[in-house]
Amino acid sequence: MGRYVVRRLLQMVPVFIGTTFLIFVMVYALGDPVAAMFGDKTPDPATAAQIRHALYLDHSLPAQYVHYMKQIFTGNFGTAATGQPVTQLMGTAFPVTLRLTLVAFAIEAVVGIGLGLLAGMRRGRFADNGVLVFTLLVVAVPTFVTGYLLQYFLGVKWHVANPAVAEGAPIGDLILPGLVLAAVSLAYVARLTRTSVAENARADYVRTAVAKGLPRRRVVTVHLLRNSLIPVVTFLGTDIGGLMAGAVVTERIFNVHGVGYQLYQGILRENPPTVVGFVTILVIIFLAANLLVDLLYAVLDPRIRYA
Amino acid sequence: MRGAKSAKWVVGAAVIGLAATACGSGGTSSAGGSNDGIVRAWWGDPQNPLEPANTTEVQGGKVLDMIFMDLKEYDSTTGAAKLEAAQSITTNDQQNFTIKLKPNLKFSDGTAVTAHSFVDAWNYGALLTNKQLNAYFFEDIEGYDKVHPDSGQPTAKTMSGLKVVDNDTFTVKLNQKFSTWPDRLGYKAFAPLPKEFFTDHAAYLNKPVGDGPYKIVSYTKGSSMKLVPNPYYTGPSKPKNKGVLLKVYTSSETAYADLQAGNLDVLDDVPAEDLSHVKSDLDGRYLNQPAGINQTISFPLNQKAWNAPGMDKVRVGLSMAIDRKTITQKIFQGTRTPATDFTSPVLGAAGGFSSDLAGDSLTYNPAKARELIKEGGGIPGGHMTIGYNADSGSHKEWVDAVCNSINNVLGDNKACVGAPTGTFADFRNQITNGEMTNPFRAGWQMDYPLIDDFLTPQYATGGSSNDAHYSNPKFDALIKQADAAPDAAKATALYQQAEKLLFTDMPAIPLWYQDGQAGWSSRVSNVTENSFSFPVYTDITVNNS
Repeated sequence: MGRYVVRRLLQMVPVFIGTTFLIFVMVYALGDPVAAMFGDKTPDPATAAQIRHALYLDHSLPAQYVHYMKQIFTGNFGTAATGQPVTQLMGTAFPVTLRLTLVAFAIEAVVGIGLGLLAGMRRGRFADNGVLVFTLLVVAVPTFVTGYLLQYFLGVKWHVANPAVAEGAPIGDLILPGLVLAAVSLAYVARLTRTSVAENARADYVRTAVAKGLPRRRVVTVHLLRNSLIPVVTFLGTDIGGLMAGAVVTERIFNVHGVGYQLYQGILRENPPTVVGFVTILVIIFLAANLLVDLLYAVLDPRIRYA
Repeated sequence: MRGAKSAKWVVGAAVIGLAATACGSGGTSSAGGSNDGIVRAWWGDPQNPLEPANTTEVQGGKVLDMIFMDLKEYDSTTGAAKLEAAQSITTNDQQNFTIKLKPNLKFSDGTAVTAHSFVDAWNYGALLTNKQLNAYFFEDIEGYDKVHPDSGQPTAKTMSGLKVVDNDTFTVKLNQKFSTWPDRLGYKAFAPLPKEFFTDHAAYLNKPVGDGPYKIVSYTKGSSMKLVPNPYYTGPSKPKNKGVLLKVYTSSETAYADLQAGNLDVLDDVPAEDLSHVKSDLDGRYLNQPAGINQTISFPLNQKAWNAPGMDKVRVGLSMAIDRKTITQKIFQGTRTPATDFTSPVLGAAGGFSSDLAGDSLTYNPAKARELIKEGGGIPGGHMTIGYNADSGSHKEWVDAVCNSINNVLGDNKACVGAPTGTFADFRNQITNGEMTNPFRAGWQMDYPLIDDFLTPQYATGGSSNDAHYSNPKFDALIKQADAAPDAAKATALYQQAEKLLFTDMPAIPLWYQDGQAGWSSRVSNVTENSFSFPVYTDITVNNS
């Protein structure tokens, strides 16, 4: 097991360097960040040269990348155009997005597993078909459509929720965006659970449990559900990274000042330190989540560890 | 019960996670209750730190407008420059100015506004090593070339043209005669700065201090700013409300939804897709008026093909091939006004705006357009593109419409197509580097409501934003004459003579003037916009407060 973990950790190094370099090149290919600062006006060459020098932009791209990576390892992610250190932006953005992600995750897990269990237990019946149709619909409709529709009806028309999340992103305001963010993954969780539950419902150990005369609740929660959740849990694990990245669209619709908002601003304003910094952290989160799930697999299934 | 135990752990971890991330979220949300007299207004995150000489865009400018009183200020309805912090600005030769401040002016932190507050601020703004984006605003002052050389390091820290006489008086010497120069002083780059700016710069940026109608009480970067009336302010625009809460939104669509839900009071960025129904949505609480912004299609005159003899006819012909009226109605829902000159209606006729100076060169006339383009030798290579950036605004729609209009006139559906560039920065970069080979879109937002601001930077030879690389000695001479004219009326007439040349040379095709919009909630009244299309926050009143 130890060797497996070390091997996995070592594999992360080239992936990290490769992804960050790609992002770095892509962001710098967008255009000159200094020109963007001046808006519709033509930059004054002397001032532009000063700014370029201060931002290390007067060096070659590989040199800039090396310089940037060196800075990152000392915890310096550079400065955004607004004069704030990027780490400060991260300090305000990541907690907000994390909170949104957790709300979405909770909704996804509870509702998804609930619907999947319901459908799996009543295979082929009305409830099952209902869940199938519902999940199909949810997967088919893009996030921004559900987002704007829910915002308009629940927020503007019926005054059930706030259409925009207030400053500081209180949990109550995050439920609606959390729901929108969770929607697509929720459908996958429901379908995954359903298949697994439907399969295991006819397993020997479930029949044994029923035959032993155990109460139905206990049979379902402890014997059936626990065994059916293994694939679901691994899906949920990898999905955390996906949710954080997917928050870009949802955050913009619901006025959440999180990672998505900062990334959007960074790209709009052509601000390389912000974009590269945030994406670097997202890459680390993805890698960590993947590692965790792979390790979980190894724990659950001994065959992987020895392979 | 191993299962139950691990489930508890999971729930516990989730709760801790939520609690940990919830830290720091409470307390700051001063959302503005129903009767506290505070106006809740839409805001966009300023692009640069809030320093007067470093703010080039609207959102930062809005705040500077609220917290600073300049030597002169522009009237919110007429746009005329009037003395505010200055008691008098006098000159005998249009080159040496003596500026006297009103007595007992104070910053919102209680410190005095003195001649030094201005002189130090201007010297700071001009000094190359301070990297201020608006440094070029000081280039008319003598000694600018020493503190801001075109290349190399500055050889002086202060401009020799600025001299403090006493606490309330200072003198300015310009490089050359410039009679309308004092009227520029309403631009926020010329704002005074308190001692704190120089002694504790970081603290200042966290909470800027000015001498204007409002003072900042709290500023959470990227999300909100709360302003209350400045107790030391003695100027004419005393706030009629108890304060303004500027809220940053991630998108104007969201802000619009929040406005409809009653959580926002003033929105001056009505989303394009809501323009068709905004009047009925808001029950008439909506205004749409010309702003000091015009839009043009610039020609790359540094390219031989577009600068060859006879091409001026083609350029005028193309201008006449554009059906401005239909495009502004159909695509912009009437939020643009077809252009009649190179300036903006906010200047007023006295200020240099004109609806007849252009002759028929901006009028849609397919027959004459065809004739002129043919006479001039046709579009270079028979095919042109109009460059635009695809990342913001609805440029694609109108560029396609303009091309369509040109194609219809020429009876050739391949004569003109739009040429998108991915990002604004890349687009600007190509323009700045002179890499454009075909016409491209351009926008000009005025710095101050004066005719020379629409002409000199964009069309004078070597002008700071002369993207078209236009150069006409006659034009330059007239501008110079206008600068030196002894009074404003004479200067304006001379500027207009220079402008007249642009209608035959057509270095850029004026398209339309952009309007400013604002929608507001039933909680507030008296919402108007000034010539910069900022809401006049000081005049807004909160109902029943």
